[in-house]
Amino acid sequence: MVTRFPETPSQTGGPYVHIGLAPHQAGFDVFENNFGNDLVSGDTVGERITIEGRVFDGSGTLVRDALLEIWQANAAGKYAHRLDPQDKAVDPAFRGWGRTGADFDSGVFEFHTVKPGPVAADGGRVQAPHICVAIFARGINVGLHTRIYFDDEAYRNAADPILSAIEWETRRRTLIAKRSERDGKVVYTFDIRLQDTPDGGAETVFFDI
Amino acid sequence: MTIGEFVERDATAHPPALTPAYKTSVLRSPRNALISPRNTLSEITGPVFGADELGEKDNDLILNFAKDGLPIGERLVVHGYVRDEFGNPVSGALVEVWQANAGGRYRHKKDQYLAPIDPNFGGCGRMLTDSNGYYVFRTIKPGPYPWANDTNAWRPAHIHMSLSADGWAQRLITQLYFEGDPLIERCPIARTIPTVDQVRSLIAQEDPANNMPFDARTYRFDVTLRGRRATFFENALPGGAR
Repeated sequence: MVTRFPETPSQTGGPYVHIGLAPHQAGFDVFENNFGNDLVSGDTVGERITIEGRVFDGSGTLVRDALLEIWQANAAGKYAHRLDPQDKAVDPAFRGWGRTGADFDSGVFEFHTVKPGPVAADGGRVQAPHICVAIFARGINVGLHTRIYFDDEAYRNAADPILSAIEWETRRRTLIAKRSERDGKVVYTFDIRLQDTPDGGAETVFFDI
Repeated sequence: MTIGEFVERDATAHPPALTPAYKTSVLRSPRNALISPRNTLSEITGPVFGADELGEKDNDLILNFAKDGLPIGERLVVHGYVRDEFGNPVSGALVEVWQANAGGRYRHKKDQYLAPIDPNFGGCGRMLTDSNGYYVFRTIKPGPYPWANDTNAWRPAHIHMSLSADGWAQRLITQLYFEGDPLIERCPIARTIPTVDQVRSLIAQEDPANNMPFDARTYRFDVTLRGRRATFFENALPGGAR
């Protein structure tokens, strides 16, 4: 059999993950150029949106030390990566990636980005607009992957190949962010529950990608 | 199959989510099984980072926070290769590291351990792998530190490492330990990993031939990320020909 080297095992990011991945939040400054949660510049094409949410553990307590990253296509549904073969334009002012820590006090995380366009899937199908999310924290041994979909895309969500691959229909709704407007800005709220919570909150769907 | 699809992750190579001896995992682990969809364009692509985004001292933890002198502790060079499961080099990967200082104290708002902060040590660095998948950084060897799991739990000396490579599915955070540290086998976090061999793959090895004489000792640590399947035949391209 052909040799396949085992993947390096994952370990928790720990409570001080911010030192390496968000040093300002840890309380100091070392790099000239810091990665953050603002994915847009003045030139970026698309509808500006804010993603806002909180992460809860199985007791319903806020996970205030979570570190989150997102990866998404641009407003046209094109990834800024050489392996995206779709005949759509890359937006030079949009990398499609960002990271942030939940706030140590409020537990709230937010990203400032654009709403992604739909992305092709195999078999000529189309994925509904979505944002990929990775969650790292103390107590999480292997980073958790999920997806954010949008509640104003019900028609496309119904045809999405990943959502419809979730056999338990009631669990699909844990991936749908709720749209609202605040001070003239579009905000999508996306709370993440690592386990079912005592207030009846349902565990978010996590993927083995 | 999508072009560039990753080979599935071998769950037995990783800690399970629920590892009760590591107490925080109990309320932070999903109770449902992960759902395993086929890779789409969203998972086979990932963010691209450029060398122009990093600073000259970003991979030098000895100097990148030095204010009025050098940090105190053992001077180390850590280097190695990042490859995929098939042995191919992973170039252009963003490698980010963070760690405690020589006394086991983190420069973090929430760390209250009584060992002091080193005014000349920050504890974070980053670099991109070169075309051979090679990375190198310089640092101070971190000390062990106590933590609230059971009342007498001590982490082995370790450096946290984060890898953002070519595809979102390769995203990995892990920890590097040091050869010969007796705390490794007693650590509830290291022991979340199922087998001794897998724990061994997280232990950086002494590399005396590459020491910098009268300056720094060297450790070698290689990382393996998930690999892409080869596609020799026409495939069901997303959004393209079938």
